[in-house]
Amino acid sequence: MTQVISLLLENKPGALMRVTGLLTQRGYNIESLTVARTHDPELSRMTIVVDVDPVLRQQVIKQMNRLINVLQATDLTDLPAVVRELVLVRIRTTMESRTAVLKEAEIFGGRVVDSSTEGYAIEATGDPEKLNEFVDVMRSYGEIQVTRSGALAIGLEAKKLRLQPPVPTKAVAM
Amino acid sequence: MSTLMNGARMLLECLAREGVECIFGYPGGVTLPLYDALYEHPIRHVLVRHEENAAFAAEGFARATGKVGVCCATSGPGATNLTTGLVDAMMDSIPIVAITGQVPSKLIGSDAFQEADTFGITRSCTKHNYLVKRLEDLPQIVHEAFYVAASGRPGPVLVDITKDVLQGQGHYQPVTAIHLPGYKVFTEGHTGQIRRAAQMIQESQRPLVYAGGGIIAAGAAAELREFVESIDAPAVNTLMGLGALPSEHPNFVSMPGMHGSYAANMAMTESDVLIALGVRFDDRVTGRLAAFAPHAKVIHVDIDPAEIGKNRAPDVPIVGDVKRVLAKLNKLLAESPQPAGETVTAARRAWWRRVRGWKEEHPLRPVTSETEIKPQHLMAEIDRLSAGQAIVASDVGQHQMWAAQLVRFNAPRLWLNSGGLGSMGFGLPAAIGAQFARPGKLVFALVGDGGFQMSIPELGTISSHGLPIKIIVMNNGCLGMVRQWQELFYNNRLSAVELDCFPDAAKLAGAYGFTGKTIESPRELRAALEEAVSTPGPYLLNVKVSPSECVYPMVPAGAGIQEMVLGPPQPVAVPSQ
Repeated sequence: MTQVISLLLENKPGALMRVTGLLTQRGYNIESLTVARTHDPELSRMTIVVDVDPVLRQQVIKQMNRLINVLQATDLTDLPAVVRELVLVRIRTTMESRTAVLKEAEIFGGRVVDSSTEGYAIEATGDPEKLNEFVDVMRSYGEIQVTRSGALAIGLEAKKLRLQPPVPTKAVAM
Repeated sequence: MSTLMNGARMLLECLAREGVECIFGYPGGVTLPLYDALYEHPIRHVLVRHEENAAFAAEGFARATGKVGVCCATSGPGATNLTTGLVDAMMDSIPIVAITGQVPSKLIGSDAFQEADTFGITRSCTKHNYLVKRLEDLPQIVHEAFYVAASGRPGPVLVDITKDVLQGQGHYQPVTAIHLPGYKVFTEGHTGQIRRAAQMIQESQRPLVYAGGGIIAAGAAAELREFVESIDAPAVNTLMGLGALPSEHPNFVSMPGMHGSYAANMAMTESDVLIALGVRFDDRVTGRLAAFAPHAKVIHVDIDPAEIGKNRAPDVPIVGDVKRVLAKLNKLLAESPQPAGETVTAARRAWWRRVRGWKEEHPLRPVTSETEIKPQHLMAEIDRLSAGQAIVASDVGQHQMWAAQLVRFNAPRLWLNSGGLGSMGFGLPAAIGAQFARPGKLVFALVGDGGFQMSIPELGTISSHGLPIKIIVMNNGCLGMVRQWQELFYNNRLSAVELDCFPDAAKLAGAYGFTGKTIESPRELRAALEEAVSTPGPYLLNVKVSPSECVYPMVPAGAGIQEMVLGPPQPVAVPSQ
């Protein structure tokens, strides 16, 4: 079973490598990873979906929390959380199936972002499982190309963020 | 007021402000600006003969003092050569800062001459690492590096600096504060948990203190001693913790684990409360985890939350600086003296009787022979000369285990060894670092004939600085520990373990300008060691020992620690027909 990990980390070079390094050194394959700046430009929020051996899960989270650049790593797998993903689908349609494709897309809350004689580009967001179904349905209508953002997650319970206050350096003692 | 200076000079300014007196390093193309700045700077640079040894020497310095050790290498091969030392420091939580040069910023990623992705390569070898591409970031990063290396659970930090930063001109502004919001240092243990621990200890009938390298890193030897004495429990020190409690302390049992003593391993197995202080339940200590200390409730104190529950789930986890936690625990125990009922008192007495019984049953006894020098005999003689006071920088292998079993260490920071990584070639350069850190101290480099041949080039460093290191080679003509495993577990099929060529010690040392000697008779041993110690300057003593000795007790891989093999297999008498 995959695990959803949410991290708040410093927006610094190498921070991503340190986090993923903890997973790749154990030979784990990352299913999806998203990272972007938060409202505070110094910080990034990352969501990783990865299949970690259940006995090692807690250990991996602890080791992520130990990283200097990581402010907080949380395992959201068993916590109340919202998980969403964006998918972009380009579909080639025949003239006959164009209306049907639009109707199906609507059922999944999809939105046409480009339309041409060849077909459509459609965006949809939602639960990753739901998007799997959406992609399956689209495929039944013709040749498709798919790009997915990977899961984005946010925990629904406030978790206390423990931050280290600044410390004086030895440089000024002299 | 700030003065204009180049990046190299600024780096040295930062190092000086961090109290650095000595750097172990090796120059190269991109670090030329740094070496130019060193030319007229009071910081001492020690030119080693290989970058790996610069890292080991920095570790030796740090292990012997608790201060941050510093090493330096150029880009590419210089930096990649450091990596073994970095991982070594990582595994044993040793604070070192490594400075490496990097090709000019504009050339990074172009396969420039002597370019390597040092930042990427050392990501997993360090506690934290930095790539400096802007001069204005340099002071902040250098001070951060020292802070990260020394605080919390110590470890190695690498700062990779591009040549343009070293050459660029700028103003040095003293850095007043370090702000690392994500760097969590847990110092104070949870008061409630400490209270629970105190109660559990007081109610315990068979308590055992299991103390490790964390005690030494935290400078908590005095607190440990007070603790052990106040609860009057037997105590074991791990390989990394030797000296945490003096070897001669009446409560000290010995080292537990794969080559630990019978008494230490039995005490671990039979204890009902295991007080684990600054240890990580390493596989070499626990043996088969499922069989480890099966009756014990575990109190685990460690500064690194990731260590708690990693191998053994504790009953009372305490995340904090073991020095502060022990101080609180001692205070609690002193305030509420043991309301021990008769049952507990009687049980404790019986427990001590059992522990003493195990010690007497199978003591760690130095074996001697009339005809050949037994390795254990060598260790006993070194122990006699050291009397628990000398620094012993050990290499890795059989000699390391025999020394850990038989040499006393009555203070922390005397026993320096590569415990976690087990890096051969560690002993000699670590001794160099230690001797620079403690110039007046008697320092033994205790090495095997294998590890010594990995670090022979450093005889040059030793000689050029006239370091009075006493190099004792325990020479059994083979890679003894590997041979032991082949002998015991691979049907004695000895493969690639024979070291049939060893240089003439007198000639080798002579070639470097100091005294060397080879001995092989047990009758010469004592006098030869005394001569090595009393001769001023470096000394190389090659001690030919019995080639077939194995280290016992031994817990076979995968066995529980109580399933020790106590000695060599005895010849089986063939029943007469």
